[in-house]
Amino acid sequence: MGEVKLIGTPQSFPCARIEWALRIKGVEYEYIIEDLANKSALLLESNPVHKKVPVLLHNGKPIAESLVILEYIDETWKENPLLPLHPYERALARFWAKFIDEKCVLGVWGATVAEGEEKVKAIDAALESLAFLEKQIEGKKYFGGDKIGYLDIVAGWICHWLIVLEELGEMKLINVERFPSLHEWGQNFLQISPIKDCIPPKETVAQYFSFGINYVRSLASSSK
Amino acid sequence: MEEVVLLGFWTSPYVMRVKIALLEKGVEFEYKEEKDIFEDENKSELLLKSNPIHKKVPTLIHNGRPICESLIILEYIDEVWKQQKQLFSHDPYHRAKARFLIDLFDNKVGDCGRRMWASKGEDQEAAKREFVEFLKLLENELGDKPYFAGDYFGLLDIALIPITCRFYTYETLGKFSVENECPRFMAWVRRCNQRESVSKTLPDPFKVFDFVLEIKKRFSIE
Repeated sequence: MGEVKLIGTPQSFPCARIEWALRIKGVEYEYIIEDLANKSALLLESNPVHKKVPVLLHNGKPIAESLVILEYIDETWKENPLLPLHPYERALARFWAKFIDEKCVLGVWGATVAEGEEKVKAIDAALESLAFLEKQIEGKKYFGGDKIGYLDIVAGWICHWLIVLEELGEMKLINVERFPSLHEWGQNFLQISPIKDCIPPKETVAQYFSFGINYVRSLASSSK
Repeated sequence: MEEVVLLGFWTSPYVMRVKIALLEKGVEFEYKEEKDIFEDENKSELLLKSNPIHKKVPTLIHNGRPICESLIILEYIDEVWKQQKQLFSHDPYHRAKARFLIDLFDNKVGDCGRRMWASKGEDQEAAKREFVEFLKLLENELGDKPYFAGDYFGLLDIALIPITCRFYTYETLGKFSVENECPRFMAWVRRCNQRESVSKTLPDPFKVFDFVLEIKKRFSIE
């Protein structure tokens, strides 16, 4: 159904989300790997507003922002639906996806980069956001029910990228005592295809994150 | 028997989005105005129960089940009451563009809007520039079309029109004119205001201005 290209980098979890979705749908795509230190003209033309990855190009038309791209993929290729079919369930899935990106991702990132006294508060905030997610997965194999769906894809960074952030941030957020359901979900999620086929090595993810962490910390110390 | 309740506050453009959508669809609903949305202790029990995580308006309660976040509510309304005219385009690419722009708007205008009335000097000037730049981006997107989706008043129009009731406030405190900077955008604003759903929903811009001045006093923002 047309030419599909993904502009991205494998170390970036928003990009992994798109690969997972395309593979679940059985869509063939070309992966254009972007060097974020040296952004290509194609990326800058395709996403002039944010200049970020991932960008999906479908028959040359660009779509940016991972959650927007996921909905586009689900609406364009109808097999193996990612979002639930019932409007109320869809609204809930969208709500939790937004929550994950606005609270969990930013919360964990904030805890990773924070230092000293700030770090304690930041870790608490991250844990609070993850506790809400724990409640959502309690009693379920996947967020999507018996099969993985949209919300599993959005939460997927937790099973791998979060662990790298824990190491870089010298903290432990998800363990089997504190968040048993989230922990078990993460283990299950990582085992299945196509998820496990798009997991980059920890070292490259650590390198990718470190650049950002050092940048944020240098801004913080220069503004003191 | 359908029961639709909308929890809101009269100055929230996000609440206005939902009201306009419900009116466009001809859905009967009960509107409940919050006394105060700035302190959690003043929020209604119903709001705190229905939206415990964010404690924000708008919150739609449909047959007892709450839906939160304005864009999510708009999509829900369009999906549930689909026998009435569709607000969202059928085309996935147009839907993606609309979602992208609404997300950009919510992030950008939330921030630079506030800075236009709450800050001064260079920060306020920067906020004005960002705001005007964003409106020009929307003007480009609109092009020659009467509405963003083409010839019908759709989801993106509904999401964007409410903030315009704050233009008088931005222009007065920021000392500029949206008409001068973005005349095509203002033509679209006037066209939307001819619709009953919009004119019935958007509050008087002067009342909004007075309210902003009150908020500045209340929170000691100079």
